[in-house]
Amino acid sequence: MDHPLLAMRGIVKEFPGVRALDGVDLVIREGEVHCLLGQNGAGKSTLIKVLAGAHGVDEGTILWEGEPVTFADPQAALHTGIATIYQELDLVDGLSVADNIFLGHEKSRGGVTRVKDMNRATRDLLARLGHSEIRPTREVGSLSAAGKQIVSMARALSRRARVIVMDEPSAVLDPGEVDGLFRVVEDLRASGAAIIYISHRLEEIRRIGDRLTVLKDGRTVAGDLPAKETPTSELITLMTGRTVSSVFPRRATQLPEAPPLLSVDALGRDGEFADVTFDVRPGEIIGIAGLVGAGRSEIIETVFGARKAGSGTVSVAGTKLRNGSVAAAVSAGLGLCPEERKSQGLVLDDAVYRNISLASLERFSRHGVTDATTERRATHEAARSVDVRPDAPDRIIRTLSGGNQQKVVLARWLLRSCKVLLLDEPTRGVDVGARAEIYALIRQLADSGVALVVVSSDIDEVLGLSDRVLVIADGSVVHHGPSDAIDASGVLNRILATHDQKEDVA
Amino acid sequence: MSAPSVQDPSMQVPTPTRGDRGGSLGLARNLGLVIALVVLCAVGVITAGDRFASTDNVLTILRLAAVIGVISIGMTFVITGGGIDLSVGAIVALSSVWATTTGTQAMANDIGWIVMVFSAVLVGTACGAINGVLIAYGKVVPFIATLAMLASARGLAEIIADRKTQIIRNQGFSDFFGSEPFGIPVIVIMFAVVAAAGWFLLNRTTFGRRTFAVGGNPEAARLAGIKVQRHTVYLYALLGTTCGIAAVMLMSRTTTGSSTHGTLYELDAIAAVVIGGTLLSGGRGTVVGTLFGVLIFTTLTNVFTLNNLSTSAQAVAKGVIIVIAVLLQQRIADRKT
Repeated sequence: MDHPLLAMRGIVKEFPGVRALDGVDLVIREGEVHCLLGQNGAGKSTLIKVLAGAHGVDEGTILWEGEPVTFADPQAALHTGIATIYQELDLVDGLSVADNIFLGHEKSRGGVTRVKDMNRATRDLLARLGHSEIRPTREVGSLSAAGKQIVSMARALSRRARVIVMDEPSAVLDPGEVDGLFRVVEDLRASGAAIIYISHRLEEIRRIGDRLTVLKDGRTVAGDLPAKETPTSELITLMTGRTVSSVFPRRATQLPEAPPLLSVDALGRDGEFADVTFDVRPGEIIGIAGLVGAGRSEIIETVFGARKAGSGTVSVAGTKLRNGSVAAAVSAGLGLCPEERKSQGLVLDDAVYRNISLASLERFSRHGVTDATTERRATHEAARSVDVRPDAPDRIIRTLSGGNQQKVVLARWLLRSCKVLLLDEPTRGVDVGARAEIYALIRQLADSGVALVVVSSDIDEVLGLSDRVLVIADGSVVHHGPSDAIDASGVLNRILATHDQKEDVA
Repeated sequence: MSAPSVQDPSMQVPTPTRGDRGGSLGLARNLGLVIALVVLCAVGVITAGDRFASTDNVLTILRLAAVIGVISIGMTFVITGGGIDLSVGAIVALSSVWATTTGTQAMANDIGWIVMVFSAVLVGTACGAINGVLIAYGKVVPFIATLAMLASARGLAEIIADRKTQIIRNQGFSDFFGSEPFGIPVIVIMFAVVAAAGWFLLNRTTFGRRTFAVGGNPEAARLAGIKVQRHTVYLYALLGTTCGIAAVMLMSRTTTGSSTHGTLYELDAIAAVVIGGTLLSGGRGTVVGTLFGVLIFTTLTNVFTLNNLSTSAQAVAKGVIIVIAVLLQQRIADRKT
């Protein structure tokens, strides 16, 4: 048995316009808990789907005990011995626990299900997981999130899986339930199964991980690291580190003395973030840095009115915005390029020019009747000014690359000549080349007098792009100052300091 | 496709694009529908000769198409906007009954027959607006909200009419809607006007553009500053208005108001819209396609009737057409992803 249980080499997976996986290596040995780390968008989810047989691969090989395998469909992956427990649990709420566990491989004779056999087998599986209190006949919909997770694990066991993939299993659990989860993971490992454990909570990885692999931008940046000994700072640097050749445009030498365009005052939302205060002057770029889950997107969406603030105010040019109203924010001159470009930013099956004009329809209409000629001319101009490629206004947006889709969203707000632009992860899913272009565009916007707020999980990106930076940890601002007075490790230290404090308290 | 007046760079791009869904009548995109209609007409001419290919018969087809056609145009908006409405037939019934009660007719005799038209349109719009509010603000799924409206609107119509057919005795109403300026029946002209207005509204106004965005990606529309909930109410109210207009047309054709008017119209309207190429999932819709859908169904009925074929045979043919159209649509949707 020289071969590792599972080895993936040079895995490439492309979707129209984006290379989701760009050379992933992953080696899994029997009886280990292997953690997979990476920022949102690093390719973790795509990798899981490849393992589960939901996506085919474009390049690369998968070796199972040294033999090359391909997973044509989920059934093939299950048959080989890989079971996946998704973040969105894929259980049928209306069926019983036993029915769910044996879904797709029911125990039957001549097409008639053998309910008693299945219930008995379910009882054994649940007992092995230390949860014999769950009745096999209970309806899954009535279980808690933790209970559902146990059922998912029992299902993986029932498939005699040798590799079990868990996608952020702790995300839906409270601390007590997490302890229970870890006990089960330990038992599974002791029984010889390998676990691929995905989480961005470092403390969990320390507790149960054996080894870890770090993904960034669809590539493996580090594999085979010891999970307990690798320093936290090294892990964070690996996850958020500088990309190959990201060139940031020069900062404005001097900001004009002007009253702030956007003022956020003591903004807060229960359980998400509290007491966030900052100003942005025309021509200024404010960066918001922090780890995933720190509350960055929540803050920016609340400023935009897409979430209702629990406390505090947002004002544009001295005028307070109505709380929780996107329409009010937009008409006051705010624009947002949302984090989830595809689901929140674009009408994917509509033409480029129509996506650009979406926020400025009034401008191209009189009494509600659109003026097609003006609209086309203006949208085309906006598309050209951000260099959307190909230069084809009628192209369906879905067929554009990530970078060009992002430029379309930028062009939308450019066309509206908005005064304040909020950018959430502006380079997520954008390839390295197009990143530099987007950076240049952002600086260009600032030079033209727009006030910008940029959120990113890439700390170097935030620091390189912004004039001032806000560091967020656990929903509060832990640092606020000029970007050239702090470096990436300074930002990390401030984030880590908060984490340490919390650990001391706990 | 019409030649673009401004130099259009997209013309030089070799990759296929879906084209401008608003810029032209989209005959190329509707080619399948055109062929289907031509084939149907050919069958009509061959089997029924002059009885089919006469001005009178064409007007008969259009008169038949008018009522369902007007509703289908409203339905195109709702479905493009990501919704569905099962209550259209019931709204037609309620509108027709409300507009023909002895009370309304007495008022019509005093003030003018236009009162009957107004009350039908008003009742239809109000029902649609209730649907819209339940769906947009009450977060009731469209299927359920409009199913509830289907039941209660028809029930209310039965209560008001006491299950009796209400005869229209207003001479002005009958005279106006019975007239045929330039040899074309008034309800056919109304159909044409509503169709043209619907096409304009969907393709040439901000309202139409928002409808595509709301149906295509409501979250993106909201974050672009569009008031998605309010727009949804407008869409259902608009469909209610077309139901009111359809009720007037039906009243003039039958000279009655009745709680049995419009039975199963929802199925015909949805079928016509879907055949026309509007995606049931929203975000894509065409008024021209819907018109073809309506004309295909009514021509089919006409050809079958002229050949003395049973309504049961018609129903079977209709079912086959719907399945073929939806299968074709799925092909298109698959190609997209």
